[in-house]
Amino acid sequence: MENKETYWSENLRIIFICLAIWFVVSFGFGLLLVEPLNAIRLGGYKLGFWFAQQGSIYAFLALVFWYSAKMNTLDKKYDVGS
Amino acid sequence: MDELKLYTYIAVFGTFALYFGIAWWARAGSTSDFYVAGGGITPLQNGMAIGADWMSAASFISMAGLIAFLGYGGSVFLMGWTGGYVLLAMLLAPYMRKHGKFTVPEFIFDRYYSKTARIVAVVCLIIASLTYIIGQMKGVGVAFSRFLEVDYGLGLGIGMAVVWVYAVMGGMKGITYTQIAQYVVMIFAYTIPAVFISFQLTGNPIPQLGLGSTLADGSGVYLLDKLDMVVTDLGFKEYTTANLGGTLNMFAYTISLMIGTAGLPHVIMRFFTVPSVQAARSSAGYALICIALLYTVAPAVGAMARLNLMNTIEPAAGENLVYAERPQWFKDWEKTGLLKFEDKNGDGKIQYTADKVTNEMVKVDRDIMVLANPAIANLPNWVIAIVAAGGLAAALSTAAGLLLAISSSISHDLMKGVLTPDLSEKNELLAGRVVMTIAILVSGYLGLNPPGFAAGTVALAFGLAASSIFPALMMGIFSKKMSGTAAVSGMVAGIGITMLYVFQHKGIMFIPGTSFLGDMGPNWFMGISPNAFGAVGALVNFAVAFAVLQVTGPAPQKIQDLVEHMRLPGDCAEAHDH
Repeated sequence: MENKETYWSENLRIIFICLAIWFVVSFGFGLLLVEPLNAIRLGGYKLGFWFAQQGSIYAFLALVFWYSAKMNTLDKKYDVGS
Repeated sequence: MDELKLYTYIAVFGTFALYFGIAWWARAGSTSDFYVAGGGITPLQNGMAIGADWMSAASFISMAGLIAFLGYGGSVFLMGWTGGYVLLAMLLAPYMRKHGKFTVPEFIFDRYYSKTARIVAVVCLIIASLTYIIGQMKGVGVAFSRFLEVDYGLGLGIGMAVVWVYAVMGGMKGITYTQIAQYVVMIFAYTIPAVFISFQLTGNPIPQLGLGSTLADGSGVYLLDKLDMVVTDLGFKEYTTANLGGTLNMFAYTISLMIGTAGLPHVIMRFFTVPSVQAARSSAGYALICIALLYTVAPAVGAMARLNLMNTIEPAAGENLVYAERPQWFKDWEKTGLLKFEDKNGDGKIQYTADKVTNEMVKVDRDIMVLANPAIANLPNWVIAIVAAGGLAAALSTAAGLLLAISSSISHDLMKGVLTPDLSEKNELLAGRVVMTIAILVSGYLGLNPPGFAAGTVALAFGLAASSIFPALMMGIFSKKMSGTAAVSGMVAGIGITMLYVFQHKGIMFIPGTSFLGDMGPNWFMGISPNAFGAVGALVNFAVAFAVLQVTGPAPQKIQDLVEHMRLPGDCAEAHDH
């Protein structure tokens, strides 16, 4: 029973970290901080614009795969996988 | 028959033959095959199928055009329609797969032990799915009439027949394998012209890098800087900073699209087709790769199409294109009425500016940008033919997924679940096929006679998914105590306020003249547009549900145990019946 609860709270912690990054790259860098970031250039891209139209999507991808890998380890650790 | 038409016939009917072959090979024999493809789809296959399911005629045809004219403001679609998959992968898909049922309303019924909740979910699902299909059917009709010059209605009829054959015969199994083929067709059709155009303009064949590169004309100017300069010279907003109704509106819009995406039943039910919880998590990743391939190319397509359009009309400042010398693609699209020129100052040249009084390009439909792009850039005819096949693949694959969502919600949730529980498996399968046939006929009819409110209803589809389905599912998993009464109150409140807001600004049932507050920016609540209001609806849903929960008490222990069970991956049975 205790095992189950710690498994769930570790899962919640991982989700929280992922969603924090999810928020920062899209709503943070792509929207709220877009103006200051646009002062920085990434080749021909203004950085804020790049996050809004490219960077956030790459970050989402990395997050989903990281979450999946992290949870597979967790499933093994608590022996709850199939 | 000219060369372009011949190539287009080969591309379109060649791909149709492929879809039929696959459908015959993957016929459905049981309800499990029909609803969840027997539960044996691998994560990569599922990812490609989700990609095809998700990317509709709107993603393929309209999105790059929207970005071309909105510039930075178009980012809400890019972030909104991809960020939703992060939510799906972490907050919904694994747990709903573990629970292991066929449909989203069925999950809601089990979790909230309420037939009312199940019926509310079915109604939301049907409204959301049907409005979506109308758009796909229109896309099929437009693609046929533009590229093969057949009548719009005949084109639509051919599309309906094709979907009918493989969706009704194969169910989820047939649809999944056809969607994999359609994804491949679609992604080639989208990226090949983009690679050509990126190489032409910047010398870099990778569109994502080309967009950030310097122009190949030797000027050393970055493409985006050039575009900013060209559009601001003509009085348009600067491309890379043009805002969409203010930061708060963009924020709410992006959130609405994200949670709307995560709450769309036809996407969620695809996660029931994989064999395990682990596979559900990783298929969300594969799905996002497949989607990101198109979504990171789209901004390049948009910006480059805009630049090419501007350069065609005004190759150098003051040297405007003479109307009599306009290129062939210009004439072709004028015929469709989607491109219109009016020589206001009578000089025989085309002036395209942001000023309504002097602008002579009186109509430039956003939807033509992707379809006209290869011709504007003078690409070979076979590329244009592939784009036609890709547009059809995008429309057909999404229509099939939506039809399955509708048919399963009626045959499985309404008939088997509520009205006639003793339906045998054989008859349920038959009912599923009959319902799907009827759904195809209804959506074909609506595609032929689009109701006046068709355009506005897409906002409603996302608004409904965002304000009702997503919060209900999320609370069902993350709050053990959430009770049926509380969740239903939340759903009703969320839908209610969202519909009220959309109707008060867009008209009751979108009938013009019945909007009692007017469709004007100054009247919007804190400047949030009706399309972006799903986020507020979702907040109301959460707030009402938790308030009611405080008053009426928690869900029974049995349900709390069910949630416990859902949260642990464990052994995961194939998605099954009751």
